[in-house]
Amino acid sequence: MASRIHCLKSAAVFGLLAVAAAVAGQPTAAGAVEEVNLYSNRQPELIQPFLNEFTRLTAIKVNIVFAESGMLERIKAEGTNTPADAVLTADVNRIYQLAEADLLYPLKSSAIDKNIPTQYRQKDGLWIGLTTRARIVYASKTRLKPGEVATYEDLTKPHMKGRICSRSGKHEYNIGLLAAVIAEKGEQGAEEWARGVKANLARKPQGNDRVQVKAIKEGICDVALGNTYYMGLMQTNEKEPEQKEWAAAVNVVFATFDSKGTHVNISGAGVTKHGRNRANAVKLLEFLSDDLAQKMYAELNFEYPVKPGAQLSPLVKSWGAFTPQEVNLETIAKNWGLATKIMDRVDFDG
Amino acid sequence: MTAAEGIRDGSAPKKLALKVTVDGWSAAAIVAALLVAFPVMAVVALALFAAEPVFGHLAATVLPRYVTTTALLLIGVGAGTAVLGVTSAWLVTMYKFPGCRMFEWALLLPLSMPAYVIAFVYTELLDYAGPVQGALRAAFGWSGPRAYWFPEIRSLPGAIVMMTLVLYPYVYLLTRAAFLEQSAGVVEISRTLGRGPWRSFFSVSLALARPAVVAGVSLALMETLNDYGTVDFFAVQTLTLGIFDVWRNMNNLGGAAQIATLMLAFVVVLVAAERFARRGQRFHHTTRRQRRLPPAALSRWGSLVAVVACMIPLTLGFLLPAGWLARDALVYIERVADDAFLASVANSLLLSGVAACIAVVIAIVLAYGLRLRGHPVLTAATRLASVGYAVPGAILAIGVLIPLAWLDNAVDGFLRARFGVATGLILSGTMVAVTYGYAVRFLALSLGAIETSMARITPSIDGAARTLGAGPGQVLVRVHLPIIRGSILTAVILVFVDGMKELPMTVIMRPFNFETLATQVHYLSAAERFGAAAPSALAIVLVGLLPVVLLSRAIARVHEAGAEMDPVGEEMD
Repeated sequence: MASRIHCLKSAAVFGLLAVAAAVAGQPTAAGAVEEVNLYSNRQPELIQPFLNEFTRLTAIKVNIVFAESGMLERIKAEGTNTPADAVLTADVNRIYQLAEADLLYPLKSSAIDKNIPTQYRQKDGLWIGLTTRARIVYASKTRLKPGEVATYEDLTKPHMKGRICSRSGKHEYNIGLLAAVIAEKGEQGAEEWARGVKANLARKPQGNDRVQVKAIKEGICDVALGNTYYMGLMQTNEKEPEQKEWAAAVNVVFATFDSKGTHVNISGAGVTKHGRNRANAVKLLEFLSDDLAQKMYAELNFEYPVKPGAQLSPLVKSWGAFTPQEVNLETIAKNWGLATKIMDRVDFDG
Repeated sequence: MTAAEGIRDGSAPKKLALKVTVDGWSAAAIVAALLVAFPVMAVVALALFAAEPVFGHLAATVLPRYVTTTALLLIGVGAGTAVLGVTSAWLVTMYKFPGCRMFEWALLLPLSMPAYVIAFVYTELLDYAGPVQGALRAAFGWSGPRAYWFPEIRSLPGAIVMMTLVLYPYVYLLTRAAFLEQSAGVVEISRTLGRGPWRSFFSVSLALARPAVVAGVSLALMETLNDYGTVDFFAVQTLTLGIFDVWRNMNNLGGAAQIATLMLAFVVVLVAAERFARRGQRFHHTTRRQRRLPPAALSRWGSLVAVVACMIPLTLGFLLPAGWLARDALVYIERVADDAFLASVANSLLLSGVAACIAVVIAIVLAYGLRLRGHPVLTAATRLASVGYAVPGAILAIGVLIPLAWLDNAVDGFLRARFGVATGLILSGTMVAVTYGYAVRFLALSLGAIETSMARITPSIDGAARTLGAGPGQVLVRVHLPIIRGSILTAVILVFVDGMKELPMTVIMRPFNFETLATQVHYLSAAERFGAAAPSALAIVLVGLLPVVLLSRAIARVHEAGAEMDPVGEEMD
């Protein structure tokens, strides 16, 4: 009996606390504090330094919800009452889907037009790319001979048999790459390419990008597909120095499509259609596209800034220069579903 | 009549035919059931209105693999958790051996370990560069990865082992409660009638505990089905992985909901089949003499076997991974002093605590509502709500999100049109919404514990109390709740500990600037920074641990008290 009453009491206390917390958790509706509400599927720690800097410079408070999945569904369900003013996405597909669902508002900002080249701006201004990252080949320093892998096509050649490691073919980084291959070679060619890479795998796809570098260091395979910025993050990881050793075992090779350029993905940003703090949202995006934030992206996250003339981090510079594939980013996003189906057809992860 | 007779009397299950004068109970129960079943119905609705059919492509390509892998995973985890859970529960309940009192609660500890965390830890331990293979190479002088064979941890068998290690406590907890509530009389009668200890165990003790074992295994299997983190990390191609693929890569939420609905149908059939298999059997206690069988002392060898049998799941499921996490956490120890870290500890505690209380209250209302009437709507809604646990959390979260936002917008629209007042979103994006999501998601846990326990109370007790003039509410409060209070505590632990690990519901529904320990682990490991996630992961385990220990001791006290005296008499005097 006593335990039951106790439980009821605790339930009541918890309930009150929950209501209090719910009220406290709401962004303030009063206009006393200038603010902007952000839904992001970029990791909070990755973007927090920029946001802090933005708040310091503008006195606009940034509230953030980090949502890896479900962001589109949430904004859609919230409809005209959505609290979200701006969105940040980790890839082109997600920002494209938001635009397709008619949830974004066309940006009109001369500052953004000036900072961001046209190929990284949606034609109606619905979204922009803030940074790029290249999908490159991590190559063993000791076991890969020069010239063995120069193009993405080389990964399908017989001399690479049993020498390639990969994370799941269904991961968005690999889906993005295959979507770019479709843009390059068409559906048939892309399927052949994926089948060729799969045939050359050293083991069943698994782990994340860093795990592939580790596998090269261990001698399980000689090359792997990976994103540029993980190299930077591993090369500078003071806390876990073993990652520096993994990174030291590989070179960065900017593979190209038959010498026509390297696949890049973007981190996307847009302003929501129904957000209440639109002016602040535009200010935030302008800030993120400008020199300071672009430089911070490069230095802290080892991404490539999109603003012409923005400085690269010395480490990123040391990997060498590359030419991005000439393709409309929307085409890549449109190929996303097909790329996923091709991964199924070739049974990439099987 | 003893319970041993009662379980196989072959008669048709008797519905409780208690007449209720006021239908308030049924009404309340139906409302509660619909509220928690609604998100599951929303998922099914999404499936019905899918924009693009997905099964054609899937059936021609990966669906057969998804289905076989999922089936093998379920069989493996089902068998594994049943064996580990029942064995350990039997040992600590029935025998005396060194450390048995400690094992009683310690065997629960793996429950606080998220499956994706243990998966990560074992990958570090067992992969090529890890300490195990390193030691083997040093010992045998093997030169490289191709010089010897070593089992691959990132595989289906690996996933089965990981999930078994952290999910067996469901079976242990519920089965132990059932063993504890069994009266010594039934086993003694079986022994008197000439059955040996083993046969008595299988034909009496285990047979009587069957609903509890089934409830525990079902929880473990549903959690296996909704797991995304482990199968994603190991690249084991289950239906759950397929759901995320269809949703996120093919941008087809409806198609994803279709696969989820297929899984649901599968679970419903399984549950129904099990119920059918034990039709005509009843598992009530028919005596109020709740005398416990005194634990038997074991021989020296017997004790050794028992200690080893209990140490294996405890070590592999908790001590080893927690130790490894502690090692990683030390490297990032400064994160602990961070305000954000402390805030997320508070958020995790608050959310899990509130959700545990709410889920348990709802479960009591539903279980008792079913016992009283079993109104068809109530039965259907309750069953639907309780299989929602098998739906991947992120999909269920969408099922919570959409109707809630619809409700908010409808209220806002109505008030604007009528009174010119804009309320905006009242519930969406608040802690209330997240808590509701938790209650929906974890109802299966609390209901499983409470329903099995309530079912063990013989209906004649209700009859007696009602004859003496007590209303249904009074019978619940004065008779049932005191008898099942051990199981109420069990339910609280289960939901609380799972709440500490909860991820998708929190991520999708949460308010601005809101982190829990689990979301921290999630975003750090998504950024491939698992080391930095170690302090938060360890905190989930440690914070989840304390209530597990406290409450499991409380359960032991409840049962000790119950063993001494007649629990009904105690409360009704």
